[in-house]
Formats: sequence, C-alpha cells, structure tokens
Amino acid sequence: MKRFIGFVIKEFYHIFRDYRTLMILFGIPAAQLLLFGYVITNEIKDARIAIYDSSKDEVTRKISEKILSSGYFILEKNLTNYSQIGPTFREGNTKLVIVFGSNFAKKLQQEGKADLQILGDASDPNTANILVNYASGIINNYLVSINAEQIPMRIIPEVRMQYNPALKSVFMFVPGIMALLLMLISALMTSLSITREKELGTMELLLVSPLRPIQIIIGKVIPYVLLAFIDSCIILGMGKFVFGVPIEGNIVLLLSESLLYITMALSLGILISSITNSQQVAMTLSLVALMLPIILLSGFIFPVENMPVILQVLCHIMPPKYFITIIKDIMLKGNSFIYVWKETLIMILFTVTFIMMSIKKFKIRLA
Amino acid sequence: MDSMVENIITVKNLVKKFGHFVANDHLNFEVRKGEIFGFLGANGAGKTTAIRILCGLSYPTSGEVKVGGLDIYSQRNDIKRNIGYMSQKFSLYDDLTVYENIRFYAGIYGLSRKEISTKSAMLMKKLGLEDAKDKLIKDVPLGWKQKLAFSVAIIHDPKIVFLDEPTGGVDPITRRQFWNLIFEAAKDGITVFVTTHYMDEAEYCDRVTIMVDGKIAALDTPSALKKTYSASNMNDVFLKLARVKTVA
Repeated sequence: MKRFIGFVIKEFYHIFRDYRTLMILFGIPAAQLLLFGYVITNEIKDARIAIYDSSKDEVTRKISEKILSSGYFILEKNLTNYSQIGPTFREGNTKLVIVFGSNFAKKLQQEGKADLQILGDASDPNTANILVNYASGIINNYLVSINAEQIPMRIIPEVRMQYNPALKSVFMFVPGIMALLLMLISALMTSLSITREKELGTMELLLVSPLRPIQIIIGKVIPYVLLAFIDSCIILGMGKFVFGVPIEGNIVLLLSESLLYITMALSLGILISSITNSQQVAMTLSLVALMLPIILLSGFIFPVENMPVILQVLCHIMPPKYFITIIKDIMLKGNSFIYVWKETLIMILFTVTFIMMSIKKFKIRLA
Repeated sequence: MDSMVENIITVKNLVKKFGHFVANDHLNFEVRKGEIFGFLGANGAGKTTAIRILCGLSYPTSGEVKVGGLDIYSQRNDIKRNIGYMSQKFSLYDDLTVYENIRFYAGIYGLSRKEISTKSAMLMKKLGLEDAKDKLIKDVPLGWKQKLAFSVAIIHDPKIVFLDEPTGGVDPITRRQFWNLIFEAAKDGITVFVTTHYMDEAEYCDRVTIMVDGKIAALDTPSALKKTYSASNMNDVFLKLARVKTVA
C-alpha cells in the first residue's frame, strides 16, 4: 500500500510540474464555458430592422411599437417605398424588414386578415430564422390580445419553452461542455501519461518492480479522477453562478453520475494507451476519434433527431450522449434516479467493456 | 563444472517465437552466483528478448527458466523482489529531481522512509551528485543519468541486476567509469547480467555468451574463448563466430 501511495504521489508531481497539463486541466474548462456561454450564443439582441408601413394606422403603429419595445430589435430606418428593401439589405446593417400592407387595420377588421410580410437577411440563415420567429411571435401575441375581445375566438397554437423559457443556449452548453471536457481530460490525459511512460522506458521498470500491473494502472488513473472531479465542480459552479443554470435535481446524484462518466472516460483512455506506444498516436486518437464525434454526434450542438438514420445509430454508441441526457435530466428537470437508470446502466456497460478490452490487450502484449 | 558453484539463473531449452520468427532458439545456460555474466551479440541476435524473459517482462514460448531458484511462470512476483533492471534508455523521470527519482524507485521496492534517506544520501555522495540533489533529471548530463539509473536499479540490494545495453551512447571514459560501478556492485555480492555489443566490454566479464541469430554460439571466459578461436581480442572472436554463421 505504501508503495502504491508513493506511486500516486509521483503522478501528482508529473501533473504539477507540467504547466501545460495544468492549463489544460483548469484553464480550458473555464475558457470553454465562457466562450460557449457568451460568444456562441443563439440569442440575438438589438438586431437592426427596417419597417415599411404603407398604411400607418393604429394597428400597424401598435405592432411596430411592440416589436421595437421587445428588446430584440432596434429600428434602423423607416422605409417609404417597397423598392428600398433591396438596397437596405445590401447595406448589411438591417437583418429584418417588416412590411405592412395597405389599409392594414381596415382589412383586419373587415376581412379578418391583413397582409404582413417579414423579410429576413438569410445570408446568415440561423440568425434570420431566429429573428423571423421572434417577430412573428410578437405579432401573434398582439393578434391574440385583440382577438380575445371577439367572439368566436380563433384558436391560436401557443408555444411555450419548457425548462428553458428564455431559450438560453447556455443551458445546452453546460451539460455539453461537461461531457466534452471530462472526456478530454480523462481519456486524453490518462492515455498520454501511460504512453509517456512507455516512450521513456520507465513502464518496463515499473513492470519489473514488485508493483502489480493493476496497481500501476490505478495509480496512474487516481490523480486524474480527482482532477476531473474538481473540474466538473468548477463547470457546474460556473454554470450556476455565472450563467444562472439551475441545478434542480439532487446534487449528490449529479456528482455520482459525473464520477461514473469520468471512470468510463478513464477506462477509454487506458484502452487507447494499450493500443498504442506513442504519445502522438494517443493524442491523435483521443482528439480525432473522440472529440469530433462528441461534438457532432452527441446531441451537444446538433439535434440527433434531425440526422439521417445511419448517423442516429452512430449517435447511440457515443457514450457522452447518455451523460448529456443524464445531466440535463437532473440539472434542468430535477429528475431522480428512476428517470435516468437506463442511461446509467448503459454507461456502466461501456465502462466494463472498455476495461475488459484493455485487460485483453494487456495480456496479449505481455505474452 | 565445479560442484561448489551455486547457479543463480538456470535456462533450459528456452524458445521464444514471434510468429514464425525464432528470436531465442533453444538456449541453455547457467549464471553463477556473484559473477559478471556478459550476453553478447549483434543487434537483433536475441539478447534483449532473452533479458526481457528473465526479468518477467515477457513469457517464453517454451522451456524452463529459473531466476534466483524461482520459477518464472509460477513465482514471478517473488522474482521481482529479488531483481533489478536497467534498460538501454536509462529510464528516469525527466520532470522529477534527482532525489525524487531515487525516493520513488526506492519507494516502489518497499524501502522504509529511514532506509530511503540514508541510502539516497550515500548514493548521491558516492556519485558526487550532492549539489544536484534538487536538479531535474532533464538538466543532468547523460553520463550522470546513466550512473544514477544503475544505482537506482540496485537500490533495494537485489540478488541479480539485469543491464540491457547499459553503455549505449556514452563516451569511452564514461563507459569505463560505469564499469567501475558494476565491479563495485559485483564485489558487494550482486550477480550482474549484462548485454552489450561493445566487444571491449566483454573483457570485463567473468564469462560471456555470444549469441548469433537467436542461438548461443559460444559460452566461456574471455581468455578461454580467445584461446579457442586463436584471436588476440574479443572482437576477433566475435567476427570469427559471426563469419562462420554467414558462410554456413
């Protein structure tokens, strides 16, 4: 046991002596979270719009007012002619143009419908889409408010965003970043630290010593379990206190699931290092074979439901997908273990599989 | 053979195959307690394969191997306590200091805290490394690293120490100094098993084995070998043996 402790202490020395490792361990989580949270946000505020109001009546003025006071839009200019729309978009500042047809209020009252056009600058399709949705939402709200006085009432579908009413993108990014970073730290760091021993030739010395192979592996993994765990606390803390992402569910359950995920990522790191002898290959494997699929196929950024069936199948063998589901369930919905046991079981199965594969590889190598 | 001599390593019909390639082809030899046993051969002759099997880093395909009277198949863990090993890479941790490296290796062999501090003080004094105690290994010259790697390999007073090409890449003077350390260890009763492809080093060994293409071509004292092959030095002995092989 004393031998083993000495071994673990040595591992910590390696980590703390290497400032690059430390940067990766603690710098990246914070930086990534801030980046994703602030820069790559899906919300748009203060988008510049132009309005072409050809009827200028009470209703159009009210709608314009509502749109401009929503906080999402700023009036760039009022247009006086339909032909001005093209040049306005080309100038580049205006992202959206709203066109009210002539005799808007009158038509609305008499025929029950009026002409209204929303034009978006779709050179940036995501932004355009979001802005158009915002604007039509505001207009619909207005229609609802005036319809309420009329009989019979028209049924207008109501959309409400559950768990994330403001559609804040950071709610999505915190679980995603957690899955990504814990995988990065655990799998990449372990595979690097084991292959480094192989490159240095110190692995042979360790294997010749009375330390058992299992002690060597566990000794190399323990520091990273601890550091990855601290990291998940940092990410959760920043999510809560900087971005206001709630933690509705049981924090102990959340942390235990994180620990399980860390263990799984570490066993994957061990598997990678049992396949290769060089740090470079381990790094490439971890980054290319792990990072990209996690970002693309875990449902972190792109919704799995919209993908072709083949990719969806691939998504289901991406371990982080399950972890993201679990944290979202616990953090945002406040679900208890009964709701996430299936995902938990799948993660345990992944872990066991990775460990079994590594042991098999290790034995072949020794023979 | 002298019946008074105690054998510390016995190898009978050791065969190691990698696929169809036979790296060790029916090796038979004994290493006597306390001797410096040289294992010579060209690159790829099978030296490293054999030393790895003796250290327990690899299993033989067939054959019987005993190290320190213990069977390598069934008593591997007991063997580990009794052997030291130094590889051709002088493996120490670059980002740990001289003292931390010593303490770490002593620690994994289960030396007590007190033993570690007295041993490491003694060791650093012997190697003249006292001023470099807190230097990182990456800032230490190769020659020192080599001596330190050897001293660390025998820090737990093993019965046998295995040295796999321990003098690669260092200059002749440093090599000579290194051999002085080996002689000292042998005097302290540690059996030394050393592989090398420097034929001048063969002269320093009590007995040498010359391997050619996975087989043992000769095994005797250096002077006896020189006599048998009527050569003036070990280099000629080796060249004669290797040439016979290529002609055949």
